[in-house]
Amino acid sequence: MSALASNRKTDIGPPHYEQFLPPIIKKNYGKWKYHENPRPGVLVHVAESGDKLYTVRAATPRLASTKTIRLFADLADEFCGGHLRYTSRNNVEFLLTDETKIDALIEKLAAAGYPVGGTGASITNIVHTQGWIHCHSAASDASGVVKAVMDELYPHFVNMDLPAKVRIAFACCLNMCGAVHCSDIAILAVHRRAPKIDHQAMARVCEIPTTVSSCPTGAIRPATVDGHQSVEVIEEQCMFCANCYTVCPAMTLNDAEYDGISIWVGGKVSQARSEPKFSKLAIPYIPNNPPRWPEVVEAIKNIVEVYAANARKYERMGEWIDRIGWPRFFEVADIEFTKYHIDDFTHAGETFRRSVHFPRIG
Amino acid sequence: MTTNKRETPLIDQLEKGPWPSFVKELKKSADNPMTNDLLGVLERSYNDRIGHWKHGGLVGVMGYGGGVIGRYCDLPEEFPNVAHFHTMRINHPAGWFYTSDVLRKICDIWEKHGSGITNMHGSTGDIIFLGCVTDELEPTFSDLTEAGFDLGGSGSDMRTPSCCCGMARCEWACYDTMGFTYDITQHWQDELHRPAFPYKYKFKASGCPNDCVASIARADMSIIGTWRDDIQQDDAAVAEYVTSGAVDIVEDVVGRCPTQCMSWDGEKLTINNRDCVRCMHCINVMPKALAPGKDRGATILLGAKAPIIGGALLSSVLIPFYEMEPPYEDLKELVEEIWDFWGEHGKNRERVGEFIQRIGLGNFLEQIGLEPTPEMVVHPRTNPYIFFELDEDEDEEEED
Ligand code: SF4
Ligand code: SF4
Ligand code: SF4
Ligand code: SF4
Repeated sequence: MSALASNRKTDIGPPHYEQFLPPIIKKNYGKWKYHENPRPGVLVHVAESGDKLYTVRAATPRLASTKTIRLFADLADEFCGGHLRYTSRNNVEFLLTDETKIDALIEKLAAAGYPVGGTGASITNIVHTQGWIHCHSAASDASGVVKAVMDELYPHFVNMDLPAKVRIAFACCLNMCGAVHCSDIAILAVHRRAPKIDHQAMARVCEIPTTVSSCPTGAIRPATVDGHQSVEVIEEQCMFCANCYTVCPAMTLNDAEYDGISIWVGGKVSQARSEPKFSKLAIPYIPNNPPRWPEVVEAIKNIVEVYAANARKYERMGEWIDRIGWPRFFEVADIEFTKYHIDDFTHAGETFRRSVHFPRIG
Repeated sequence: MTTNKRETPLIDQLEKGPWPSFVKELKKSADNPMTNDLLGVLERSYNDRIGHWKHGGLVGVMGYGGGVIGRYCDLPEEFPNVAHFHTMRINHPAGWFYTSDVLRKICDIWEKHGSGITNMHGSTGDIIFLGCVTDELEPTFSDLTEAGFDLGGSGSDMRTPSCCCGMARCEWACYDTMGFTYDITQHWQDELHRPAFPYKYKFKASGCPNDCVASIARADMSIIGTWRDDIQQDDAAVAEYVTSGAVDIVEDVVGRCPTQCMSWDGEKLTINNRDCVRCMHCINVMPKALAPGKDRGATILLGAKAPIIGGALLSSVLIPFYEMEPPYEDLKELVEEIWDFWGEHGKNRERVGEFIQRIGLGNFLEQIGLEPTPEMVVHPRTNPYIFFELDEDEDEEEED
C-alpha cells in the first residue's frame, strides 16, 4: 500500500495536446489562410505555406465501444499517419494530407456504418445526453430518440441542401447537459408529475433543509408524514424540474405514463448576422413512444421541411422565424398554439407583444 | 464467467437505419458482462418507459472530490453486473486531437477495468468511461495517470475547460484557444479536482464569434476571439467570388450585414469598419477574400447556464477586449477575484450568472474591481429606481 501510495500520481492534468498533432498542423499552427468545403463531410484547409490539410468528418453515435475507437485508430494509421480528432458535436475527423486517399477512407467508413457529412448547410450530429443508458432523472431515452430522428434526417447529413445549418440538440431533463437551450431545434424530455416522495427513506437519505431549498419555486416544505420526518410538495407550484430529485433520491420524478418530449426551435449560439438566441417552445408535449418515437420524428421532420421550403439562404431557423413572425410560424408549421406557449416565469412580461407589429390576421 | 446473452427485441429495432447505432456499439462490447447487463437494463427501460438508475453515495479516487459520478442500478438482483455503474470523466487533450497509439492505450485501460463503453465525448468535453465498479476506480485512475491522463471535473468545482481547434486548423482563430485551455487547466488543477465553489464553473474557449464550442450558452466564463482593427480584405479575391457567380454579393453579403456597414458599387466592396460588430457573416461567406483583422484578442463574457435553478442565461460581456497573451496573468487574477467574491457570498448551487442577477451587475463589478462600460449592456436602465450612494458622491466632490 505504501509503495503504491508513494508512486501515486495526482493533479498531472491532461496530456499536452501538441504531442497528438499531425506534423502538417504543427508546421502550420496559426498560419492557415482559408478553407473550402468541396463536398459534404470534406473540408480542405490551405495554409500560408501552400500546404493542404483534408478533413473527413464522420458521424458517431457518441456512445462508443472501445472496439470502434480501435477501428478509428486503425483507419487513422492507414490513411492519416495515425492522427484524428473529435468535434464538439461527437463527430470524428480524419486528417489527411493525401487527397487521393479520401474516397477510399469514405468507403471504409461507410462500410463500417459511419457516414461522412455534417459540414456546411446541413444537419450535423445531434448533441445529446445520457438518457436511460445512465441517468437517474431522464424523462426519456437520449440515444434512442437521436437515432430515430437522425435515421429520418440522414439525407440532410450527407447533403448540404438546407438554407443554413440546422443544429439539433437533445436533453433528457431540464438540467440540460449540453447547449440544448440555444439550438435551431431542441428536443427536451420533460416530467409532468410532481415528485413521489418516499417518506420512510427521506430523513435517512436526504438532508431536509437542502431538499426544501433546492426547489426554485418554493414548492417544498418540511412536514411530518405518518410519523416520519419528511417533506411535502405543493403540487400547483411544481414545474417538474427534478431539482429536488438531484439533491434527494427519495423524491423520484420518473413516470412511465406522463413523461415525454417537448420541442423548441429557433435558437443559435453563433454570432453570425444576428445575436445568439434561446430556443422557444414549439410543441409542449409528445408522449414517449419507444423504441422509435415516430410522433417526435414526424414533428421534427415537419419543422425541418417547412424551414427548408421557406427560409432564405443563410437564414438560420430563428432568423427565418423572426422575419416571418411567430404567428406565421405556427401557421405554416401547422402547430397548435396553447396556453403553455406563454411564459409565466420570472421574466414572462418581456415576452408579451407590446406593439401591433404582427402579421395580418387571415 | 459465462453470461447469458440478454434478449433485447425492443432496442434491436434501433440497429436498423442509416445512422450509426448505439445499440450496435453496446453489442460490440457485450462480451463484457457489465455491458451485457446494460443492454438488459436498457431493454427493460424501453419496456417500462422509465429509467432504472439511482445516483448518490460519495464515490471517487483518493484525494479528489470530482471526476467520478456515482451511479447504481435500481434492479441490482436482476442486473448484478451493473449494480455499480459509475462514470469517470477523463480530461481530454485540448482540441480533442489524438494519435492512434494513445487511443489504443485508453482502450486497453478501459477494457481491463470497466465496461468498454465510452462517450467520445461528454457534454463538458471529457472522455467518459461509462460503467466502473467502486473497487476498480483507483486501479483505473492509476493506469490513467501512468498513461499521462488525469480526471476532469464534476460537482461544485471548476469543470474541465474545453475549446475549439483554433489555430490548429482554423484561419479565423483570433487567439490560441488550445494553448489557453491547456494553460488554465494546468494552472487550476486543485480547483478542478477538489470542489470548493457554490456550484460548477465552466470555461469554454472559442477562437472567433462563430463560437463553435457554444461558449456563450454553455460556459460560466466564455472566451470568444475577436479583433479591434479592420477586417482584412483581398479585393481581387472578392472580385473572383463575384465574377465566378459563387456569391451574390449584394444579397448574400452586403444585404445580410447586421449593421449595414458594407456597400458594393458594382466593382468594389467597402466596409465601414467602425460600424462592424464582427459578427463573422461576411467572412464566413467569402473565406478566401475576407479575414479577421490583425489586432486580435478575445471578449470575455460571464454567466451562461442551463435553466436549473433560476432559469437559463447567456453569458454577458465582462471585458470587451482582452489581449490573450500568455500567461494571461490579469485574467487569472480577475477569475480568482470572481471566485473569492462568489465563493463567499454565493448561495449553495447558485451559478455565478444567477449570483450576478441577484446582487446586480453594478455591485458585482465594483466588488471584483472592474469599471462599468457601455459594452456590458444592451442599453442603459429604463427604470428610475436608482440606489444612489450619496456618501461616495460627496467624497468625490470634496476631492475635486
Ligand atoms: S439532461 Fe438530465 S437526465 Fe439527461 S443526462 Fe443530464 S441530468 Fe441526466
Ligand atoms: S420538481 Fe422542481 S418544482 Fe417540483 S418540487 Fe421538485 S424542485 Fe420543486
Ligand atoms: S470558433 Fe471560430 S476559430 Fe474556433 S473553430 Fe470555430 S470558426 Fe474556427
Ligand atoms: S463581420 Fe458582420 S458586421 Fe462586420 S462587416 Fe461583416 S457582416 Fe457586417
